[in-house]
Amino acid sequence: MSRIQACFEGLRQRGRAALVPFITAGDPRPGATVPLMHTLVGAGADILELGVPFSDPMADGPVIQRASERALKHHVSLHDVFGMVSEFRRTDPLTPVVLMGYLNPVEVMGYEAFADAASTAGVDGVLTVDLPPEEAGPFTSLLKGRGIDPVFLFAPTTNEERAASICTAAAGFVYYVSLKGVTGASSLDVEDVAEHIRDIRRHTRLPVGVGFGVKDAGTATELARVADAVVVGSALVAAIESAAADEAGMHAAARELIGSLRAGMDTVSRAA
Amino acid sequence: MGAFEKSVARTQPLPLHDSREDTGLPDARGHFGTFGGRFVAETLMQPLLELTDAYNRYLTDADFLRELDEDLRNYVGRPSPLYHAERLSKRLGGAQILLKREDLNHTGAHKINNTIGQALLARRMGKTRIIAETGAGQHGVASATVAARLGLECVVYMGSEDIKRQALNVYRMKLLGATVVPVESGSRTLKDALNEAMRDWVTNVDNTFYIIGTVAGPHPYPVMVRDFQAIIGREARAQCEDRYGRLPDAVVACVGGGSNAIGLFYPFINDPQVKMFGVEAAGDGIATGRHAASLCAGRPGVLHGNRTYLIEDADGQIIETHSISAGLDYPGVGPEHAWLKETGRAQYVGITDDEALQGFHDLTCIEGIMPALESSHAIAYACRLAPAMKQEEIIIVNLSGRGDKDIHTVASRQGIRF
Ligand SMILES: Cc1ncc(COP(=O)(O)O)c(C=O)c1O
Repeated sequence: MSRIQACFEGLRQRGRAALVPFITAGDPRPGATVPLMHTLVGAGADILELGVPFSDPMADGPVIQRASERALKHHVSLHDVFGMVSEFRRTDPLTPVVLMGYLNPVEVMGYEAFADAASTAGVDGVLTVDLPPEEAGPFTSLLKGRGIDPVFLFAPTTNEERAASICTAAAGFVYYVSLKGVTGASSLDVEDVAEHIRDIRRHTRLPVGVGFGVKDAGTATELARVADAVVVGSALVAAIESAAADEAGMHAAARELIGSLRAGMDTVSRAA
Repeated sequence: MGAFEKSVARTQPLPLHDSREDTGLPDARGHFGTFGGRFVAETLMQPLLELTDAYNRYLTDADFLRELDEDLRNYVGRPSPLYHAERLSKRLGGAQILLKREDLNHTGAHKINNTIGQALLARRMGKTRIIAETGAGQHGVASATVAARLGLECVVYMGSEDIKRQALNVYRMKLLGATVVPVESGSRTLKDALNEAMRDWVTNVDNTFYIIGTVAGPHPYPVMVRDFQAIIGREARAQCEDRYGRLPDAVVACVGGGSNAIGLFYPFINDPQVKMFGVEAAGDGIATGRHAASLCAGRPGVLHGNRTYLIEDADGQIIETHSISAGLDYPGVGPEHAWLKETGRAQYVGITDDEALQGFHDLTCIEGIMPALESSHAIAYACRLAPAMKQEEIIIVNLSGRGDKDIHTVASRQGIRF
């Protein structure tokens, strides 16, 4: 059983939804990332999403764009990101880590070299935002061959036909983009999300995560009733950004936000 | 359409596809060999599939083609002349240089051939709002123009660096009723404007049509823009055959994203005797690293929805490009050009800022035609090519735009300030 599967299985038995914080690797500086990852786990994160910085993050809103720019000022590369995951793994052998990024850095490294390095570092899942299943065949087989889960997005615009092909390609979990827009956009309609998740479940038994637009404990709590995982990105990255000057303050801000989401989500008990 | 229009006799418009030109590419998912495709986040996949369907439908729709044809004639001013640059040819002492005068189009460049096509398509798809990215402002102006013409809302994304460099075009777009949104992310230039336009599209996809200005982006944009621009080569081919009874020996065009070049090249693609030269911006010189020559000096990768040649660093981050002409200042290139390079059907070469400026001054003094700095790259290369060719041979150069917008740049190079 993969770490991601084991994680969802454990949560299912406890009647809980997974809390999945996103941070950008190397933001606000390369040395900050691994300690932040441990802080997030300590505050109640179940799975970590680590953004790989890219010069042209087309699907991201301004908050995550700025995080990418800060990391790139330090020339954070894929090799550096793998280094961070390895370092994290030395003291945390259990928490799944999913890399989220864009295809071009992977193209440059080479699919096979990437899959090997990801596996060695202890990466559990890979979400390549601009790689739809139609183009993903060779890459997903290389990942799956090494026990790494290719995670794919569902969108409000995804129709039945595409849903089937996404579910065939995906492993680990699928990620529902809660709105038409970029990361960090403002409004998320929980009713609408619930309906889409019901549709997705007709196509797959994989856990369904929801992200893009989760800002506070209230939304996370409502989503925990309908989704198997709640992803929080821009709100966390913004909290880190505003406290970036002070290491202790940054950790406190991250701990406070994730702690409040955890507390809210844990008031929901789901059928095991 | 009113009774007046109905009473006007019309000629049958040219189809957007001509079987003589057909390369069988791209495939159904937009691939030119290993290049092209659709590399976008899931939210845009369905809208792209809908656009592909709509495009394929209207591509052969007589009513749509008639509407397009009429606008191209009476609004854009087509066909554009094929002008024999006799004095320039004589001076060079070799091949005869013919200029395809896209600079004489309404708004002063080839860009409008494409914006008219896409805006008419937008209207038929029931979209009420169009968005565009722009670097030099030419595509922005061409988009704002057709939006005014069709009564559509228009938002143009432009890097804040480019806004500073192209104040005149920014004002032009505003006069036309468009909203110009400064883009502050990344390098604050064309590539970032494209990112921002994509972000707008993903957010407003229900009522918005994204008019991409070149043969880049995810499928169907590269093929759609090519088809709308292919009128350049189709006219040039007929004009050349008409007047000289033969095809040209070479066709030359500048390559930013590659839309004016593919527009000229495509109708000659199955005529191997016609050599094709795409001229990229070599900036300060390829060896200096300050250039925008993705095909000459880049590597294949994925950006803006397609696989193509890119200018990037060792980690796959896209790096800033440099060219004296804002319209060539783009780190990628249309995927069909990547394929034409790989198959050897077309050759891609670089012309530096200084060489392009020389081309600008030569054409201005010798022919009384002031070319855009983009087009000056093609002129400069043709001037290099012609002397080694025979006097009865023919080179067609795409004069993609007029130089008025560049007067400030040219003057400041000579130390002149207004
Ligand atoms: C006059 C002119 N020529 C050429 C270009 C480059 O674009 P493309 O390579 O798509 O023709 C531009 C772009 O702004 C332009 O304004």
